[in-house]
Amino acid sequence: MAHTILETRDLHVSVGDTEIIRGIDLLIERGTVHALMGPNGSGKSTLSLALMGHPKYVVTKGDILFEGRSVRDMSPTDRSLAGMFLCFQYPSAVPGVSVANFMRNTLMARHKGAAPLTPAHFKKLLDDATAKLHIDPTVLRRYVNDGFSGGEKKRLEMLQALVLAPSLAILDETDSGLDIDALRIIAEGIEAQRSPERSILLITHYQRILNYVRPDVVHVLVKGRIVKEGGPELAKELEAQGYDPLIKDLVEA
Amino acid sequence: MAVKQEMLVDKDYKYGFRDETQNYSFKSRKGIDHDIVEQISVMKKEPKWMRDARHRALDIFFAKPMPPWANLELLGQINFDDIFYYMRASDVEGKTWEEVPEDIKRTFDRLGVPEAERKFLGGVTAQYDSEVVYHSMRRDLEAQGVLFSDMDSGLREHEDIVRKYFGTVIPAADNKFSALNTSVWSGGSFVWVPAGVHVSVPLQAYFRINAESMGQFERTLIIAEPGSFVHYIEGCTAPTYSSNSLHSAVVELVAMEGAHIRYTTIQNWYKNIFNLVTKRAVAHKNSHVEWVDGNLGSKLTMKYPSVYLVGEGARGDVLSVAYASAGMHQDAGSKMVHAAPNTTSLITSKSVSKGGGRTTYRGLVKVYEGCDGVKSNVRCDALLMDEDSRSDTYPTMEIDAKNVRIEHEATVSKVGEEQLFYVMSRGLTEVEATTMIVNGFFEPFVKELPMEYAVELNRLIALEMEGSVG
Repeated sequence: MAHTILETRDLHVSVGDTEIIRGIDLLIERGTVHALMGPNGSGKSTLSLALMGHPKYVVTKGDILFEGRSVRDMSPTDRSLAGMFLCFQYPSAVPGVSVANFMRNTLMARHKGAAPLTPAHFKKLLDDATAKLHIDPTVLRRYVNDGFSGGEKKRLEMLQALVLAPSLAILDETDSGLDIDALRIIAEGIEAQRSPERSILLITHYQRILNYVRPDVVHVLVKGRIVKEGGPELAKELEAQGYDPLIKDLVEA
Repeated sequence: MAVKQEMLVDKDYKYGFRDETQNYSFKSRKGIDHDIVEQISVMKKEPKWMRDARHRALDIFFAKPMPPWANLELLGQINFDDIFYYMRASDVEGKTWEEVPEDIKRTFDRLGVPEAERKFLGGVTAQYDSEVVYHSMRRDLEAQGVLFSDMDSGLREHEDIVRKYFGTVIPAADNKFSALNTSVWSGGSFVWVPAGVHVSVPLQAYFRINAESMGQFERTLIIAEPGSFVHYIEGCTAPTYSSNSLHSAVVELVAMEGAHIRYTTIQNWYKNIFNLVTKRAVAHKNSHVEWVDGNLGSKLTMKYPSVYLVGEGARGDVLSVAYASAGMHQDAGSKMVHAAPNTTSLITSKSVSKGGGRTTYRGLVKVYEGCDGVKSNVRCDALLMDEDSRSDTYPTMEIDAKNVRIEHEATVSKVGEEQLFYVMSRGLTEVEATTMIVNGFFEPFVKELPMEYAVELNRLIALEMEGSVG
């Protein structure tokens, strides 16, 4: 099994005519938690959507390798089935499709040609995951993200991550807009996913989630480039000083 | 008043007298004139009042122009001289399975429709082997005093009831196609439910085995006597193939005091069909009429199930969905006419267009003067699958009363790139994701259907999406 789960090589991403990601080299190893921090407009969401293959976010140069294989030309579908998962910052609603039905379909997509998913197994998966995230099971009967509050959406994203058990979960500002209780629950959800087999890329503006989740590596993204890397202490440093010194360095450089 | 409880047809109408004893050897030919109408009526050995009604309606048909607000570009393609207006069972059975288009056969395969039913639905045979089911169901109904037969038998065996109501809800002169139907009608269902009787199983035209049941100009009449309940289902999710390109039915419902009628239709017409149907109900005091209406396929569908709320406290609901793909126009909606106080109506219309398909919502809510306490809610949602498709909404409100509550809400949405990406990023293919989104959009309709229809409809949407994506 490959040691490296995700690698980006000199990754450049454009939306329309605007280049937003301007050469990123990332290396995420299996079983590790990486935090990618950056101020507004640094390209955090662009990076997460490009990694997952959003058609509007075009890789203009460089490559994305997942488990050693280029996913540049792979559909979002195939990236998902390969083991990548994105917790959306702004997940879409799917009216008329219940959460349970949605989850059953996404699980079935992974069981093609394999052993069928039994109703009992499915129920257990959902029961365990909802309990872990303190989610009211009645949410399973509601339509996906339809009329959900911000916090409910984030929890549903985490629920899917838990149930689908991807080898790489990319969390795009999953911590933003949450009160402290919700934040703690999300953090527990992240910790619950930590295993030698699974990696997490935690994308965030704020340091506070890192009080609950200890990252192995911290990257700082400013204006489409990674300007600093380090251990958990880097996050503390950012909390104390903010992003301004780093932005200033970049301007002076 | 818009609703008149009287016969439109002059009972002494003298047009087209023919010698009834003459032995007609009926040879169907194309086109329509008084001779054809006469032949149909004589073949069926109808009473004179019905024959006169047919002739009179034919004159109305000739005189009436096409509705000026309609899609005349498509309507103009109908060649009335190139249509068989009456075919006996033997003519229908004369076709062979080989003549049924390949795409229809494929759909049958993938829907898992049994062989016998395929032939029935494909128009190859008008009968199939469920006589046993049919007869046992009939015995239960007979025990309750319910009358359920094809319309021709209804006229023969219960002429008094048919004569009392035929054409009272939808007069021949209502529109060009109700006139055409009145002049050449054949088949359809006749249902009469005695007072207080609750029919526990849905009556299904599908099971009503009759040579003429799948006719192109069927005529259905349902009378629910006071305090009774009946659910009638017509159609099937498998494509209804006909070599004849014009389908023009008339459906009349009468809900007497406190009665409840639910009428469910799912029709998936072949893409060459003009489906021009007039459906209307009269709802008396405290009665409840529900139309659940699904329209798939066809070249042009024009259908506006209506409820005339003539008794205080009556309620009318219409839940309709339409799906139009390339070359199709679904022009559907509803009319709710509030002619009594404290009446309630609810219209929910959902349409999906893809690949250049076109959907139109056309609706009327009318409240007559003095009808206080009326509540009406209209909601139309259109889903566009791509840039080429089109959806229009034409809601009309004519409110002549005070103290009423009228609500209207319309939305047009697109299957957005973001939504599609979201679902695909969970491991579903583009086809699977699109199917899920469309099925979700139709969910409020599907959940009102009996299970077997719901399952088939979901499968059908999946098949449609396969053809549209990728």
